[in-house]
Amino acid sequence: MAAVEVRDAVVRWGDTTAVDGVSLCVPRGRVLALLGHNGAGKTSLLQVCEGFRRPDSGEARVLGLDPVGDHDELMPRLGIMLQSGGVYPWAAAGEILRLFASFAAHPLDTDMLLDRLGLRRVERTRFRRLSGGEQQRLSLAVALVGRPELVFLDEPTAGMDTEARHTTWQLIEELRADGVSVLLTTHLLDEAERLADDVVIMRSGKVAATGTPAELTAAAGIDLLEVRADPGLDLTGLRTHRKVTETSPGEYAIAGELDTKGLAEVLGWFAAVDAHVTAVSSRRRTLEDVYLSLTTQATVGATE
Amino acid sequence: MTTMSLSRGHVELLQFLRDRTAVVFTFFFPAMLLLLFGTIFGDEYTDSGISASQVFTASMVAYGILNTAFVTMGSGLAMDREDGTLKRLRGTPMPASAYLIGKALLVLVLSVAEAAVLILVGVLIFDMPLPDASHWVTFSWIFLLSVICCSLLGVAVSALVKNARNAGAILNVPVVALQFVSGVFIQPMSQLPDWLEKFASLFPVRWMAQGFRYVFLPDEAKSQEIGGSWDLGRVAMVLGVWCVIGLVLCLVTFRWSSRDR
Repeated sequence: MAAVEVRDAVVRWGDTTAVDGVSLCVPRGRVLALLGHNGAGKTSLLQVCEGFRRPDSGEARVLGLDPVGDHDELMPRLGIMLQSGGVYPWAAAGEILRLFASFAAHPLDTDMLLDRLGLRRVERTRFRRLSGGEQQRLSLAVALVGRPELVFLDEPTAGMDTEARHTTWQLIEELRADGVSVLLTTHLLDEAERLADDVVIMRSGKVAATGTPAELTAAAGIDLLEVRADPGLDLTGLRTHRKVTETSPGEYAIAGELDTKGLAEVLGWFAAVDAHVTAVSSRRRTLEDVYLSLTTQATVGATE
Repeated sequence: MTTMSLSRGHVELLQFLRDRTAVVFTFFFPAMLLLLFGTIFGDEYTDSGISASQVFTASMVAYGILNTAFVTMGSGLAMDREDGTLKRLRGTPMPASAYLIGKALLVLVLSVAEAAVLILVGVLIFDMPLPDASHWVTFSWIFLLSVICCSLLGVAVSALVKNARNAGAILNVPVVALQFVSGVFIQPMSQLPDWLEKFASLFPVRWMAQGFRYVFLPDEAKSQEIGGSWDLGRVAMVLGVWCVIGLVLCLVTFRWSSRDR
């Protein structure tokens, strides 16, 4: 049984359709990242999974249960981190965390969470005086304090500084190592690439692409080789199977079949023409390339 | 469940006390009005020879409860709904009852404190004598019924509030209007036109005020009441009926988040 299973979900807010027939599946113990611009429908989809609203059509099952109908049974097993709001502004960080811990049957040690998330210093600071990143870390602590089996994180690292972001990533990796399933939304490509087992890219309420980061970035590996050598070489011999261009004098960009054998052939060719090679660098497509090409194109690309 | 409700109540109370504006403007407002009314009409005496300021003190306990139960509950809930607190709590294992019990604890503590402040003003400034033990027993049940009924109605009315910033204004309309026609601000109630008197008697405020006058005023004062008696049976009945109406309205109208997002 999957941790989250969504089939053909449609969510409308008045006249706007925020989610338009999305299906996705988070297997147990895996991390799925929902990627997309603001307004792509990520949060609306999450609301359906969290049981805050029913989809206008389609279905969502969370841990095999109906998130709205089985709310009471489901909540002790979930951790939910909302994007903002909803915390008593006059209560202190420590008080808020302990309040949410009191709702759980077997809460985590709140002191440990405060330390891990660097909130000890602001334990007695009222919520409204916390910085954006601190509020965000407290929200994360609140989501995790009940030892959930499945966590929903809506833009977990938004507003965090680099250090907090890395701590958060580390925590999410630990969760996964403990067998916790994670569904997170983000618009940070490096976050998705680092954390996610599976990525779903959403565009205007629809799924634009799904796959593992590796699949999405073309599993073949290297897809561009840049070689610096003598300028003005005659490239005809090299052009048989690949696309080769001299981008600037002495800088060659080679695209095409670049598996181990291909690489050897290319470098062998440079050796054969007695070229003086001073630099070689390889580049693979990043998730960012895929994301941008999918989300800026007029037509939706198919699954890679 | 009990721990959850207690920790909720604890945070609610911290929340209220730390928001100084709320403490000053919500909590002490009835006491301020009592000081004003009591001083302005301090020299007047009713036909039965009781000073008007004491009559105000007794009646104003009803205002105090309206203020702490109805207005605080209603606007607090509207605020929690708008800023997403309710939604966030909905996303935890906390049952709805723990939320409401937490709020109820806040309301109860505030109402007790409010009544104490008003009674203290009456005793210290307007020389109102404290009642005997049997009157305190009557006080407890009228007080409890009033708090329950006003809180439930506050929860129900909060569903009508579209924008939490207006909650105080919206909730205070029935509060202020009813006080003018229910014998709190204007004494005795028999000055009102007959139809208005009947209309006002449909609502709980008249009966709350009448009950508290029974508790704090000497028995002769009943000649000032409509019908010349304290009519405690009717007090219990009307408040009880409003508790039921309030509960039904709550169950029908309760929402966890603002309708549009």
